[in-house]
Amino acid sequence: MARLESPEELGKFRKKILSKRDPNTPCISICAGTGCIASGAGEVIAAFKAEIEKQGLKADVNTKETGCPGFCERGPVVVIYPEEICYLQVKPQDVPEIVSTTIKEKKIVERLVYADPSTGDKAIHESEIPFYKNQKRNLLGSNIKIDPKDIDDYLAQDGYSALAKVLFKMSSKDVLDEVKKSNLRGRGGGGFPTGRKWEESCNAPDEIKYVIVNADEGDPGAFMDRALLEGNPHSILEGLIIGAYAVGAHEGFIYVRQEYPLAVENVGIAIRQAEEYGLLGKNILGSAFDFNVMVHQGAGAFVCGESSALMTALEGKAGEPRPKYIHTAVKGVWDRPSVLNNVETWANVPLIINKGADWFTQFGNERSKGTKIFSLVGKINNTGLVEVPMGIILRDIIFKIGGGIPGGKKFKAVQTGGPSGGCIPEEMLNLEVGYDELTKAGSMMGSGGMIVMDEDNCMVDVARYFLDFLTDESCGKCLPCREGIRQMLKVLTNITKGKGKEGDIELLEELSEVAGEASLCALGKSAPNPVLSTIRYFRDEYEAHIKEKRCPALSCKDLIAYYIDPAKCEACMICLKKCPAEAIDGGKGKIHIIDQEKCTKCGTCIEVCPPRFRSVRKMSGEPVPPPIPEEARKIVRESKQR
Amino acid sequence: MSEILIQIDGKEVKAKEGMTLLEAAQSAGTKIPTLCYHEKLAPYGGCRLCLVELESRGWTRLVASCVYPVEKNLVVRTRSEKIDRIRKMLLEQLLAHAPDSLELQEMAKEYGADRNRFEKETSFCIHCGLCVRYCAEVKKKNAVGFVNRGIRKEISFIPDIAARECWDCKECFPLCPTEALQAAFVLVKALTFP
Repeated sequence: MARLESPEELGKFRKKILSKRDPNTPCISICAGTGCIASGAGEVIAAFKAEIEKQGLKADVNTKETGCPGFCERGPVVVIYPEEICYLQVKPQDVPEIVSTTIKEKKIVERLVYADPSTGDKAIHESEIPFYKNQKRNLLGSNIKIDPKDIDDYLAQDGYSALAKVLFKMSSKDVLDEVKKSNLRGRGGGGFPTGRKWEESCNAPDEIKYVIVNADEGDPGAFMDRALLEGNPHSILEGLIIGAYAVGAHEGFIYVRQEYPLAVENVGIAIRQAEEYGLLGKNILGSAFDFNVMVHQGAGAFVCGESSALMTALEGKAGEPRPKYIHTAVKGVWDRPSVLNNVETWANVPLIINKGADWFTQFGNERSKGTKIFSLVGKINNTGLVEVPMGIILRDIIFKIGGGIPGGKKFKAVQTGGPSGGCIPEEMLNLEVGYDELTKAGSMMGSGGMIVMDEDNCMVDVARYFLDFLTDESCGKCLPCREGIRQMLKVLTNITKGKGKEGDIELLEELSEVAGEASLCALGKSAPNPVLSTIRYFRDEYEAHIKEKRCPALSCKDLIAYYIDPAKCEACMICLKKCPAEAIDGGKGKIHIIDQEKCTKCGTCIEVCPPRFRSVRKMSGEPVPPPIPEEARKIVRESKQR
Repeated sequence: MSEILIQIDGKEVKAKEGMTLLEAAQSAGTKIPTLCYHEKLAPYGGCRLCLVELESRGWTRLVASCVYPVEKNLVVRTRSEKIDRIRKMLLEQLLAHAPDSLELQEMAKEYGADRNRFEKETSFCIHCGLCVRYCAEVKKKNAVGFVNRGIRKEISFIPDIAARECWDCKECFPLCPTEALQAAFVLVKALTFP
């Protein structure tokens, strides 16, 4: 492939790609993102290839391995174009039927289309499925149409046209103005206005400047950036090059966590292809603008997602944050002006350039514009990635898109903002999703993790879980974070073990103040959020643990007991046989009793007790009734008496 | 170098551009407590005891004075109810690890810190990094470094460098604010069980 030497050549080349692609040729798009691969997409892809070959359709049907469209709960996801028929949870054995029925006969395979779990209503096309219908997928929408390993697919979707526009029709100032006008704010969670950050860097006197992609996504349960980087790496590259042009940088870094092998692979391929096409490297598109990108793989520390720690790690040192009293945009990597933005922020840039700031600001509420991708996980029916306009209320995300809570359980809280975010309770579900709204509610936007919790989740234990995570991930450099988290975790662990004392809540609040006010970086400053937000909204749960030694969610193992109700036990022997601790005494016709000393509280008995008996129950905060006397344990069955 | 006028605890102080708030305060004779600061070393900002309150453009915030560069017209307060409260808690957290450190005890007296507030975990090391940074920045030997992170972070001598360099130097020992013997112990451990 010869280099593209001008925007005209890019335009011609794009036309050539499109002319070779007949929009009416059937194309089978199969998600090859990490989520679907884990549910067996690899086998499905192989089966499609084999079946198409077998049925002699190779010349007439295309297959495409694409990025993640987000509906991970129902993966592997297959979309068939041009009709946009969406099949979910496709298995290799479904493939022959799809090929003969849908591709050859143009009929639908009914059992593979989306069916609403409550109404049974079916949706054939992607756009009709409630999970997708209520989203606004500016960024994720292209994923299912693009093979991330093929730059031509991105070009066919108008890729790199924003770059051409910037290089030949806009000055650096025009770009800065457009991004500023769009009110784009950092998607990594800080919410700092992107345009202002760029301008600060642009105005810094240093000749050498850097631009950096922060792809060190480390929040438990979050995978937005992974999906973008794996699924549409060129959109991030294009954004990065535009940013480099705007601030005057000629070198950039993509800092991606090493635990994302597919993202590393795809972004590496994307860089090589862009270089080959002359879209990266020297004299981009004949514009005389030079820009090179290097990929740096993170070594696994969560704190390296923090901008100054990331930059320290880039310099080859241990990834520890440093003071940012002088912004990194002015004094960053090797003390040079460095613009660091999150993956999702960069991905928004080409859209803003192509469609304009006015297009971008039509989405969102007053202070947060555009869309935001969330990874919706936890106790939710539709696990996956959702992209929504800012300003949408939490209730719509959880119930309209997420499909509510599984198993008829009751919603309790949603945790946003990753490990240092906060828990938002049911009474605040009408809260608009925006940077300032979430912060005001005691949580934060973070990079977009959204963990849904139901009535079975103990909120004290949730706080303990996140502090435990942060104990491992604090770098240990500054005292309020290292020691504050250590002490808070001790107090929380004691409370969940029933060793809580009067004054523990106040101690947690005091430790929180010191960590929040005195820590060096955002990790320590925000570490108290899970504690403070759960105290704020679920203080009664803390008090029940401390004062009554009771876990209201019946979740903390040290505070609960399993008990077999003698009036309901039918001595069926199932729990007795399944108990791994051999803690259940009983026999045929002899009411079962749990030996509380031996019981490990694994919950097997309650799971296996037949629903028609429902004789095992969990209890907390009250004494377990003493075992009934031996002579009362014999079950006399009426039928046998007769 | 141009002069910058700032106010520390109500006193006008002339500082030079490029100075930190801590240096400006010290030059004016105002004492700010520190643990991880050393005049020969690059400022670290780890212990946070040197926090001061900053008033600029109408709002107050806490900053670590050892790393904050002076700016025109800054209004700095080195003691306040909030600062004292935070310093007290920081000292209490440190005293759980090094209850017998004289330096810590002295500061504890000043801020009313209770050395028994938190359960003792006598690790001695309080991660000020003085030994590590002194060895790297002044001696340029890197014989001692930090290993691990978070609450598992600890100092560790690198046996082959230590065997070569340390016996004749030991300049890091007296820098330790908790217990010079602690560094000696870690060094001996590294040499005995490399």
